Amino acid sequence: MSPADASRPKLAVFKFSSCDGCQLGLLSLEDELLALAGAVEIAYFLEATRRTVKGPYDVALVEGSITTAHDAKRIQTVRRQSKVLISIGACATAGGIQALKNFADHKAFIEAVYARPEYIETLSTSTAIADHVPVDFELRGCPVNKYQVLEVLSAFLNNRKPNLPRHSECIECKRRGTVCVMVAHGTPCLGPVTQAGCGNLCPTQTRGCYGCFGPKEGPNTRALADWMTGEMGLSPRAVGQAFRGFNAGADAFREESERHVPAHDQG
Amino acid sequence: MSRRTIKVEALARVEGEGALDIKLRDGKVKDLKFIIFEPPRFFEAFLQGRPYSDVPDITARICGICPVAYMMGAAQALEAAFGAKVEGPLDDLRRLVYCGEWIESHVLHVAMLHAPDFLGLNDSIELARANPAVVETALRLKKLGNAILETIGGRAVHPVNLKVGGFYRVPTQGEIQALIPELEWAQQAAAGLVRLVAGFDFPDLEQDYTFLALTHPGEYAIHRGTLATNRGHAFPIDAFHERVVEQHVAHSNALHAVFKHDDGREGLFKVGPLARHAINFEQYSKTVRQLAAEAGVGPVVTNPYKSIIVRALENLQALEDALALARAYKEPPRPDVPLTPKAGHGQGCTEAPRGICHHTYETDRDGTITKAVIVPPTAQNQKIIEDDLLKVVENNLHLDDAALTWRCEQTIRNYDPCISCATHFLKLSIDRGA
Repeated sequence: MSPADASRPKLAVFKFSSCDGCQLGLLSLEDELLALAGAVEIAYFLEATRRTVKGPYDVALVEGSITTAHDAKRIQTVRRQSKVLISIGACATAGGIQALKNFADHKAFIEAVYARPEYIETLSTSTAIADHVPVDFELRGCPVNKYQVLEVLSAFLNNRKPNLPRHSECIECKRRGTVCVMVAHGTPCLGPVTQAGCGNLCPTQTRGCYGCFGPKEGPNTRALADWMTGEMGLSPRAVGQAFRGFNAGADAFREESERHVPAHDQG
Repeated sequence: MSRRTIKVEALARVEGEGALDIKLRDGKVKDLKFIIFEPPRFFEAFLQGRPYSDVPDITARICGICPVAYMMGAAQALEAAFGAKVEGPLDDLRRLVYCGEWIESHVLHVAMLHAPDFLGLNDSIELARANPAVVETALRLKKLGNAILETIGGRAVHPVNLKVGGFYRVPTQGEIQALIPELEWAQQAAAGLVRLVAGFDFPDLEQDYTFLALTHPGEYAIHRGTLATNRGHAFPIDAFHERVVEQHVAHSNALHAVFKHDDGREGLFKVGPLARHAINFEQYSKTVRQLAAEAGVGPVVTNPYKSIIVRALENLQALEDALALARAYKEPPRPDVPLTPKAGHGQGCTEAPRGICHHTYETDRDGTITKAVIVPPTAQNQKIIEDDLLKVVENNLHLDDAALTWRCEQTIRNYDPCISCATHFLKLSIDRGA
């Protein structure tokens, strides 16, 4: 520990059920990482260091969803140790892709993967961090945009509000002059109801948005779903599955998917 | 009776959550378990009932470090199910994006996760204080790997532009050519990384491994080929399940795998850099083979700690290949091959940075997934990791608890284990029974 550590804010990164891709965002800040490590004390970040410093922590980034009784207890400890708790990524903000099990027969899921299901201990649901403890900020994305991670950290460390867009991905296409894939090619796209932030990725690759950043504020999912089933001729199952992706557990997407595919059917 | 207990709450610098439980009695290991307690995420179950076109995007989420491996294995398996084949320039573009993932993942592991162990440092930030140039160069190399992923895939973690049949959009020649100057710089930088890690002190451990890797006559196999071992086995990827058998054991949320020999005997085996190096040494470029000789590394490496050198060699190979592919790139006329979904069965297998990753799918008439089986590299390596640890503990009982614990962690990190993949933090507990 360097002498300056006493005065620097302590940053902790915690992982729950996830793919590690969001915390990797921090390590992928190649141009900023060393400066960041100078500005804050990396007090707990297991993916990057075996050195751990006891809490309390000034800012905690939490990746992953809650899927076990053990983790449901552990997040309470993390909350008690953290002045500011920011959940990062679709797993932490909506339960992630593993929230598909919330729609399914949990026992059948375990039996599909494991020969000895009696060895597996999990909850029947995958839920967001905010379902368990108060969260100071939720950063969306599957994965998060690493520059948004930097912006949120910078904002909380400087006692200001993060400057992040809340508008739809649709607006991003208009701003960048990206051709609308739905209008021009008839490709189904969740852009009208999905929060911006990815960097306008899918439409620029001529594919439809698949909702990595979750629902925007006040999304009109019903109008979009009606357009997909009506004008575009998609089956109810296809529309239901479109909303049942990486943010399947986000309320607006979950409710829309259940209008088209019954809750007990994960497909 | 002499009893000794060591307990470590968290194994760091690995992807995912795991633990190690060691009980020692009278200087002997009584019990040793490499435990994966990353919560299971049931990918194979989610995939049932989804359209084939969703599969690469969903399997990508198994691992944030090696999403391309999961996307490409899935895509190839489904192409096989539908009788389609991606070849020529589109396949070259697949190899190029996969090289980006190898570079990003290998440099991250070599310089930032594994090298600190050999220098007695906690992490790459301490390494950056001790030797800023090394970390700055590594970060620049890693950034280049990510730039390749972003140029072709749209983003580095969970790329959006890979699909069954090829790509949604192919990059322009200008976009790929923009990578060339940095790729030219990287060749010497990557050779420097090999020389740096070759100078480390390596703990003693020699193991007579059975290696399993993908092999291809014309290239250092990454994304295509057939399977081979150093014991003379050679078989197509479709015969994988006849040779690699998964078992479910109580202490792990990952499935353990064993290799089935011709006489039916089930044995330990190893996938990953050392396996590829042993089986595909002849497919390295002349430069990489010369550098291996200079680093004192022969065609077969039996000391698992030297995997750090092999990863650095593979990183150079990936950078050479990427440069050649970028220079030769011309925009293919179409981004994908036509597909006709049908009821079928297909398998796909590629070399994730940690070793072979095998996929099997069954589809119904309209291409909906009816069955999915995915065998990730860390699940295959779990038993051999335990075997390495057993020997490390027995050979190093003279070390104090802190040093022995660190040695065990370093041993696990030899595998660059992706526990997220294997299901996903390591908690190390050594009970010496004291």
